[in-house]
Amino acid sequence: MTVANPAKPAVRPPTVQPDRTFWLMLFFIVSSVLLLVSHSPEMLRNLGPLGDVLRNKVIEALVVSLFLANVLFAYLWKAANWAKLIVGLGSLLFVLPLAGQTDTSLLDLSIQIMIFAALALGLNIVVGLAGLLDLGYVAFFAVGAYTWGIFASPRFGEVLRYYGENPGSTGAGTLAIGLVLTAVTAGSMVYIKGLQARVAPTRLSDRSFLLAGIGLLAGIILVARSIVVLSSGSAEALANGISPGFFWLFLALSIMAAAVVGLLIGLPVLKLKGDYLAIITLGLGEVIRVLANNLDLYTAGSQGITPVGSASVPWFNSLAGTLGFRPDQYNLLFLYMLVLVMIAVVLLVNVRLDQSRIGRAWIAIRDDEIAAQAMGVPLMQTKLIAFATGASFAGVMGMIFAAKQTFISPESFNLLQSILVLSMVVLGGMGSFSGVILGAAVVTLLNLRILPGLGEASANVSWIPQEVNPANYNRFIFGSILVAMMLLRPEGLLPNKRRTRELHHGEDQEDESEDGNAGGLKAGGDVYSAGLATIKEDDRPGGSR
Amino acid sequence: MELSVLLPFIVNVIVGGLILGFVYAIIALGYTMVYGVLQLINFAHSEVFITGAVVGFEIFRILQDSPMNGYLKLLLALMSAMVVSGLLNVLIERLAYRPLRGAPRLVPLITAIGVSLILQDVLRFLEGLQGRFDLTYTLPAGFGNKFCAAEGSSCAPLGNFLRSVGVDVQLKDVILVVVALVSLTVLNYVVNRTRLGKAIRAVSQDRVTAGLMGIDSNRMISATFLIGGALGGVSGVLFGIKFGTVNAYSGFDPGIIAFTAAVLGGIGSIPGAVLGGLLLGVIQNLIGVMNIFGDLLGIDNLGTIDASYSKIGPFIVLVLILIFKPTGLLGKSNVEKV
Repeated sequence: MTVANPAKPAVRPPTVQPDRTFWLMLFFIVSSVLLLVSHSPEMLRNLGPLGDVLRNKVIEALVVSLFLANVLFAYLWKAANWAKLIVGLGSLLFVLPLAGQTDTSLLDLSIQIMIFAALALGLNIVVGLAGLLDLGYVAFFAVGAYTWGIFASPRFGEVLRYYGENPGSTGAGTLAIGLVLTAVTAGSMVYIKGLQARVAPTRLSDRSFLLAGIGLLAGIILVARSIVVLSSGSAEALANGISPGFFWLFLALSIMAAAVVGLLIGLPVLKLKGDYLAIITLGLGEVIRVLANNLDLYTAGSQGITPVGSASVPWFNSLAGTLGFRPDQYNLLFLYMLVLVMIAVVLLVNVRLDQSRIGRAWIAIRDDEIAAQAMGVPLMQTKLIAFATGASFAGVMGMIFAAKQTFISPESFNLLQSILVLSMVVLGGMGSFSGVILGAAVVTLLNLRILPGLGEASANVSWIPQEVNPANYNRFIFGSILVAMMLLRPEGLLPNKRRTRELHHGEDQEDESEDGNAGGLKAGGDVYSAGLATIKEDDRPGGSR
Repeated sequence: MELSVLLPFIVNVIVGGLILGFVYAIIALGYTMVYGVLQLINFAHSEVFITGAVVGFEIFRILQDSPMNGYLKLLLALMSAMVVSGLLNVLIERLAYRPLRGAPRLVPLITAIGVSLILQDVLRFLEGLQGRFDLTYTLPAGFGNKFCAAEGSSCAPLGNFLRSVGVDVQLKDVILVVVALVSLTVLNYVVNRTRLGKAIRAVSQDRVTAGLMGIDSNRMISATFLIGGALGGVSGVLFGIKFGTVNAYSGFDPGIIAFTAAVLGGIGSIPGAVLGGLLLGVIQNLIGVMNIFGDLLGIDNLGTIDASYSKIGPFIVLVLILIFKPTGLLGKSNVEKV
């Protein structure tokens, strides 16, 4: 199931579909005009009473949803390829920025949707493909955001100043010791690894490897600290953070940082599975949030870091200028285009990974860990790759999020955000890329437009008490999505073909593994005995009927 | 700090931790019982227990002006919280978990998370209709009293004893421990001495075989959810009494700590849950005052660890247990069969 290959929708049976090119183009034109009109203040003023209707928040949210449905229909419907291309590219590259020119909140919303879509695609790898329920996913998002946020804000200068005033015993000597320690321990780690390749690994060599790892960490910390102390003289020069030119370097760094954190969290944790993994990732996510809340020197605690800078791209700014954008919109437009590119990259990586050896290994692990292991899938390694890949998507999006908001605080990275992303994955369909993107769009629209719109609309209604504002009940909405999808349509809105077959194969054939015990932790599934049918859960055993 | 001051201080921290631990222990029982029969982490349990806390609050509020005996009010609050939470838990099982029996493990887990979110907002909505969000417990008169008010004043015998040990507790703390112990005893009796308990144990060991022996496993699962929910109600009221305020969202933190307690003790094991709860209560209190030890020992870095870090203590403990002894302290190891 790929987006790169839209002519072959995977889910529906191979019935002949009517050609809907005409309808697609018609829908595209109508919804684009609606969008453009409803987001231009002058036209709304000229329309009179109709303008008031269009200005209503709920109606506006509907118009935006209709417009975004274009892209979905271009993917789903059978239509000529040129029409699909026009609708897809036209709406994302042309109509949306044009409408965003008069109403920047629209650009903001689309960036938010795409950030969440990338997050959901990342979580989809972990949950949907590899079957590892990660409830602390937003921690990696936080890592990316803080990687850029600390350096591109006045925080960095303050950290330098602090270490300049409190150097401790750190100096050139410590730097030398740190460098030597790092080199020696790194070298010995390589040596031990080489040794292990030749002779059978022993417990002793494992331990010395671990020891060398701790030494390496200590060495790196020493080096980093002394570099910070030695460069503290430039604190004044960095009062507004580092130069925006480093944006691209940090784009790579935030990917790496999040992936490394993913590995670090994954290494001890991935021995567990199922519920234990869920709860422990939840815990580690909270740990990262509490750290962000308490490491005041680096993260400014609960006040948050502001202002976070963004990249400066002169040629893009002049391009946007000639297209008629105002200077204060340049950055948002730039981030919009950047996110668009990033999501295309993420999607491409996803699709390629899914079709690769690793993708098949993930699915094998999801379906049956022990069988996969028996077939020679390296369990730990494959799981770690899933974790790190998912984390790196979150990391890069975290950085873009920080640049867009120009403000980050621990509040943006709480458990509810993780669950938000999970509900996107579940709503769209675990394992299905297009579904996950759809889920992200629907949930983000609900969260940012429709619920606040309803809240605003209900504010003037007398029989709804002021304390009960629909905008405050997004947990209820996410919860309902999760429960309803699991009960009614566990494969999601745009299901993955393979996954659907798994979830429903009990209906047309005897399911051998999954009734009986709730899980695989305890002894096997059903009790078979000659001549007796397997016991179904709904049967009331003991002859009571 | 002098040792003569420090020692009573540490004793106080540990006693405070144990009292907190009893609350956690009772919450943890709700998790461990459900896990025992269904192998499902009932994420919604934290909301079930907060529902109990809310019911307790409402009862105390309604009875605030009545001249009724304080202990009778407490009993009423406990009973109604048990009934409401127990029935709520059964309802959740019936509507959200039972249709999913036999689905892959991830499915009911996600449902449980969803149910927990729904319940949070439903509770918030119900209280919001009356304009209340943060509920502040007004306890019956005397519950907040210390045993010895001032240095020279007369004390109850228990108060004299506590003073000689140097422990500073309030009447509500003692009530809390007594209620917790009573519910533990009752639970122990039900599970180990009655036919119902025997049937529940059989279902938790092997649902299919228990079915073949004539046990209606669905009814037993409902019964387990009822008992777990009732314990959740008790713990909710105790939580409210201990901390004074609750709101619809405050179930998450104690819920996760209680779950950790259940895992620490060995999930599925009732004495384990109690042991884990007590241990975690003490650990949490000790982390909360770690900066004082830092000052004492002259370790700078400990000085920056304050009460806000005590939230992550349980998670660190959880990671360590799951890595080194996944079965928990008192748990039996499950041999996995293919």
